[in-house]
Amino acid sequence: MADILQYTFIQNALLAALLVSIITGIIGSLISVNKMTFLAGGIAHSSYGGIGLAIYLGLPIFLGASIFAIFSAVLIALISFKQRERVDIFIGLIWAVGMAIGIIFVDLTSGYNVDLMSYLFGSILAVNRDDLIFMFTLMVIVLLFIHLFYREILAVSYDSEYANLRGVKAKGFFVAILVLSALAVVVAIKVVGLILVIALMTIPTYIAELSSNSLYGMMIKASVLSTIFTISGLAISYEFDITSGASIILVSATFLILFLLFKKISTITSRF
Amino acid sequence: MKLLEGKELYYKYRKDYVLEDVNFKLNSGDFFAITGPNGGGKSTLVKNILGILSPTKGSIDISFEVKNGIDIGYVPQNTNINLEFPITVLDVVMMGNGAKHKSINRVFSFKYSSLEIECAKHSLQKVGMDCFLNSKISNLSGGQRQRVMIARAICSHPKLLILDEPTSSIDVQGQKEIYSLLKKLNETITIVVVTHDLTVISKYANRVLYINRSGYMHDLSNKNFALKDNEHICEVELMQMLGANNG
Repeated sequence: MADILQYTFIQNALLAALLVSIITGIIGSLISVNKMTFLAGGIAHSSYGGIGLAIYLGLPIFLGASIFAIFSAVLIALISFKQRERVDIFIGLIWAVGMAIGIIFVDLTSGYNVDLMSYLFGSILAVNRDDLIFMFTLMVIVLLFIHLFYREILAVSYDSEYANLRGVKAKGFFVAILVLSALAVVVAIKVVGLILVIALMTIPTYIAELSSNSLYGMMIKASVLSTIFTISGLAISYEFDITSGASIILVSATFLILFLLFKKISTITSRF
Repeated sequence: MKLLEGKELYYKYRKDYVLEDVNFKLNSGDFFAITGPNGGGKSTLVKNILGILSPTKGSIDISFEVKNGIDIGYVPQNTNINLEFPITVLDVVMMGNGAKHKSINRVFSFKYSSLEIECAKHSLQKVGMDCFLNSKISNLSGGQRQRVMIARAICSHPKLLILDEPTSSIDVQGQKEIYSLLKKLNETITIVVVTHDLTVISKYANRVLYINRSGYMHDLSNKNFALKDNEHICEVELMQMLGANNG
């Protein structure tokens, strides 16, 4: 098994797993505590429109997906400021319209593009140097954002009305969290694909949330868990020659089930 | 000493007036209750006082400078708070202190300075929760959580403490404890409490402002209105008493 580490594509995949896990651990925690999972799902699926458009125009896929995802995130943020009660309808709309745009542009592109499947189900083994630079840059931005504004982010996430009263620009931070979520979704698509991206953003963060006393503790645990799940899933997919994205998610889900069972058994035994 | 005065206050949400010609005056040391039916404009009035909303007409004069809510402590209804949020009591209380010590320890903002921790402990001592400093907030009871919210609100030593239905999701014993605590805090802080609990008004408040949906308002601040201790009243009785006082 150790000899596979000499291959550049494996080294890239492991590095991508680490970078994306740090990003999704942190941003996934923010999505979870702000109860924005459906919203992140909407952004993820709408980014398919950007992927389709990029393929049609011959542009870099990450660029197209990022622009589309950021546009969707800002649109959802603006709608939620005006129509907070019914924002779910608009998220569903953006989700479906983005996918529809992507499908139509792929239809209009001459020839069948086999790479498209890798964006639906992930292709961590196909990560190249440009992808790694994009992931590393985003990780630095995310870490800086958390490092500089942790207290404001914590206040806005816990009690936005109170934070606003204390002079924190709650709407600005909400938009910033959404835009970073959009970019995190785009890099996570490379690892597990847009169909499975929400599981990668939520399973490690849910386990971390149940076992953490603080938001930063949750972010650290979620990042570590995500790294373990991603690398384990990658190793299993290599060993059994199965799709890496699906393998990563099943490893995560298995761990979650075991964790919940262990927690339940601990609760029952503590009564006696 | 006059602390706060609302004059001919109107607030319109979309096409409808939620507040109409509301007048009130609040003196330093008051325990001021705002009551009335659901949708009557109580929370809207509080948000106008806090500056979250601006009156459509009329004015609210505050006798002290308010910057980022520092001089007004606020305990919101907290209906939107995620109860499972991974956060400690210290983190929550520090939210009330953050604006005052914004320049401290910004480089590594996960950590609090010893000065900040002392300040948080002091606030928690006042509400009897200092031994829970590092506890996860979701492990506390409803009454304990509300005490932490009060500690957060008084952390910056405000002149005025406003609580929006602070006992709405707490059991009877917890409610009594919260109001006893507020009465004690009232020795040094002016308190405004939005409540449906008329018994609370009779026991603790020295002034009552009744607002209903159509904007009828009874300002009793100058009418020597105070209900006796241990007196239990219903809303109809309160209205009759208000009517008698106004008549």
